[in-house]
Amino acid sequence: MDLFFQQIVNGLVLGSIYSLVALGITLIYGIMHLPNFAHGHLYMLGAYVTFFLITDYGLSYWPAILFAVAILVVIGMLLERLVFRPLHHAPHINSMIASIGVMLFIEAIARKMWGSDYRRLDSPYDGIIDLFGLNITEQRLLVIVSAVVLMIGLHLFLKRTVIGSTIEAMAQNREGAFLVGINANKVSLMTFAIASGLAAAAASLAAPINLVYPSMGAMVNLKAFVIIVLGGMGSIPGAVIGGYILGLAESISGTYINSEYKDLAAFVLLILILTVRPTGLFAKEAR
Amino acid sequence: MRFVPGSKWVVAALFFVALAIPLLTDNSYYLNMLIMVFIWSIAVSGMNIIAGYAGQLSLAHAGFFGIGAYTLGLLMVKAQMSFLVSLAVSVVLTGMVGAVVGMISLRLKGHYFAIFSLCMGVILSLVIEKWESLTEGVRGLLGIPVPKIGSVEFSTLTSQYYLILFFFVLAMFVNRQIIHSLVGRTFISIRNSEELAESLGIHAMKSKMLAFVYSTVLAGLAGALYAGYLRFLGPEIASIEHAFEMLLYLLVGGIGTLWGPVVGTALVMTLMQWLQSWQDYRMIIFGPILVLIVMFLPHGIMGAFAQLKKNQPSVLPDTTDDKNRGIERGVNDRRLAGGESDA
Amino acid sequence: MLRTEKLSKYFGGNQAVNSVDFQINQGEITAIIGPNGAGKTTFFNLISGLHPPTSGKIFFEGEEVTNKRSYEMAKMGIARTFQTTKLFAGATVMENLMIGHRLRTKSGFWGAVIRSQRYRNEERACREKALQVLEFVGASALANRSVASISQEEQKRVAIALALSTDPKIVLLDEPAGGINADETSNLAELITKMKNAGLTICIIEHKMQMIMKLADRIMVLNQGIKIAEGTPDEISRNETVIEAYLGGGAHAQAH
Ligand SMILES: Nc1ncnc2c1ncn2[C@@H]1O[C@H](COP(=O)(O)OP(=O)(O)OP(=O)(O)O)[C@@H](O)[C@H]1O
Ligand SMILES: [Mg+2]
Repeated sequence: MDLFFQQIVNGLVLGSIYSLVALGITLIYGIMHLPNFAHGHLYMLGAYVTFFLITDYGLSYWPAILFAVAILVVIGMLLERLVFRPLHHAPHINSMIASIGVMLFIEAIARKMWGSDYRRLDSPYDGIIDLFGLNITEQRLLVIVSAVVLMIGLHLFLKRTVIGSTIEAMAQNREGAFLVGINANKVSLMTFAIASGLAAAAASLAAPINLVYPSMGAMVNLKAFVIIVLGGMGSIPGAVIGGYILGLAESISGTYINSEYKDLAAFVLLILILTVRPTGLFAKEAR
Repeated sequence: MRFVPGSKWVVAALFFVALAIPLLTDNSYYLNMLIMVFIWSIAVSGMNIIAGYAGQLSLAHAGFFGIGAYTLGLLMVKAQMSFLVSLAVSVVLTGMVGAVVGMISLRLKGHYFAIFSLCMGVILSLVIEKWESLTEGVRGLLGIPVPKIGSVEFSTLTSQYYLILFFFVLAMFVNRQIIHSLVGRTFISIRNSEELAESLGIHAMKSKMLAFVYSTVLAGLAGALYAGYLRFLGPEIASIEHAFEMLLYLLVGGIGTLWGPVVGTALVMTLMQWLQSWQDYRMIIFGPILVLIVMFLPHGIMGAFAQLKKNQPSVLPDTTDDKNRGIERGVNDRRLAGGESDA
Repeated sequence: MLRTEKLSKYFGGNQAVNSVDFQINQGEITAIIGPNGAGKTTFFNLISGLHPPTSGKIFFEGEEVTNKRSYEMAKMGIARTFQTTKLFAGATVMENLMIGHRLRTKSGFWGAVIRSQRYRNEERACREKALQVLEFVGASALANRSVASISQEEQKRVAIALALSTDPKIVLLDEPAGGINADETSNLAELITKMKNAGLTICIIEHKMQMIMKLADRIMVLNQGIKIAEGTPDEISRNETVIEAYLGGGAHAQAH
């Protein structure tokens, strides 16, 4: 029983990370109609930036997170401005391929600059908390709680601000939303900024738990895609719920399925679902 | 995609050069390089059929390459079957897997198809890597026998060169026949607008299936030839990185052009050879190239070439006034798009 | 020839087409009119098989075809044009029209690879058909032009030629005169009459009332997805409901 609860906690941690990354992808997809294959690599960059800010520049954990988020926000905005905005009206294959190019570039840069070895970041919060008789490391709790805080923050931003509600309207309903008075370029720039920031936050939070290495983004990225296809491309609740479901499913099944095949599970699930429902689980009627 | 007059002669000349090369040089470096270019060109031309002509971006083709390669390797190593039979079985099996995958995935539109194919590629490569009892996993499949057809043994580099050249020429011939035919035009019409094509009585799913299965057959053939040539296999050949590399070759050469896959593969592989010492970092250069190509040369080198040829002798009266320029841009924008519905 | 029974299409709660009983008679020109958003295009989308209806039935030549897909409808002889003129971009007019006749050919992969006798015959048939329909619509000169380089009105003609190249029995035209000037409109009306005289059955959606009143044998009026009137042009122009719902004001004046 104890093991089971442990797996639930692990699942929530994984799910938090997946959800934050998937949220970014789904927002970008909703606004730009672009499946950003490079998104997981922004997550990876976020982890490295946090790592070096702490180990090389001696920042403490929270300032490092803030800086990492800020840096990634800038990188995200640059990408939008330099790569994706010019391709906004090009056929969808083009921007998809461009995102693959960006992805390959970021990973190669990371390898060149930081090598391919795995790095470990020591958690400043490595104590263990007794939560209702359950042992949980502070860092894990931190991930779970921070993710929830970030999601609430995002929710408030999307509901309470003008630009936020524009983003939401456009993300949820691509065709219909022709909201006046707000510059579409500004919206897509903001979206990239938020999405990259979320990825960086997720990476910083997870860095002390997971290892940091150049290809760490690839798998997270693929899984985030599985999540948003399941949750409906462009759907915000779909990304959150899907993220937690996948995290829990992986963590719980991990105890029972050979871990060699653990990574396969998500993709097989996706294939099965798309086989039955070609537009994803929660998608509205296609046309 | 009009046939450029004169290019027939260029092709013929290049063909004879290709035939003569082993007579001119026995430098194994060049021969090896050419063989690799032929093999990967076949696979990339398969990707071109489905992505460039039928408009469905498939990122699973490294996986199909892997299926072809491993089928040939396993049949020859573990079942001691002959080369030709193994080759035929590999190609047929890859096509069959392609048919099953296509049946599921081609119902998906646009981005969903690309994402699905990406996941499919990951699954195929993971299966090859993890199914150790069959594929030997990361240890790799060693000891694939020398290909033999009847009493002819393809043990020397030169003989392998001709063997693979034969299949390369065959594949390119079939590609040409298909692309410049009603069948190829049907693919293009689906890429342009699936809705319009269907309203004209074209069963889009059937055509896409044909394009997809044929494209996987090409990838499988390339994989099988690769296995017979290198005679050992590692699971990394099926990895998703290889699919991205194939995409790079295709885009540089020109997606949706007959010779683009060959030109791109030759050029980029040569460049990569020069950048040997970069190995892991070569994408620092090629990543941005990919981005620049989709921005400025969406039909790659061959596309730019065709554009030049078209523009030089301006036979047609140029009636592009302001109103039409809008259309023209719309047209170029939609060139690459796969069946995007705008009704 | 083509008949619908209580045909409906809902998009979510939006009843775009609501329980429409309608008939297209052989050899006639039937028109569908109605204000913007009345559901005219949606109705075309239903009877051409592009969208599956929510409820109701469609019959073609006595056979039920309700859930047939658009490529099947095209094969049976229902051709259409689109409101926003659709052509295969990046290709020449000729290449477009050859694809239009593809549905009447049978050659597949192998036929094309070895250029079999049948393949060559069929390719020739496609080419001849293309030239024939181009001549019919009076656009022979455009054969080798890229569709991007021809004018709006020429594109409309080519789109009609494209529909004709499928060897149809019924041609559905969605606002063929949209966005072209008065001269061009009267040329287009001539072309449509010529199509009728050639034995084709035509159903046309149009806002240009003058043209419709002259051309149509019968008119159906849609409003908010509901058929509010049906009859000859004379009957329609005298129909109180129609005048109230739609024709009133400028359009009414124009009709007389
Ligand atoms: N694919 C679709 N999805 C959702 N709603 C649709 C779709 N197509 C049409 N509608 C809705 O159905 C209604 C009827 O639209 P339709 O295009 O058939 O009108 P129309 O009579 O052709 O108008 P117009 O004269 O402007 O062309 C409109 O409210 C429209 O918004
Ligand atoms: Mg309409």
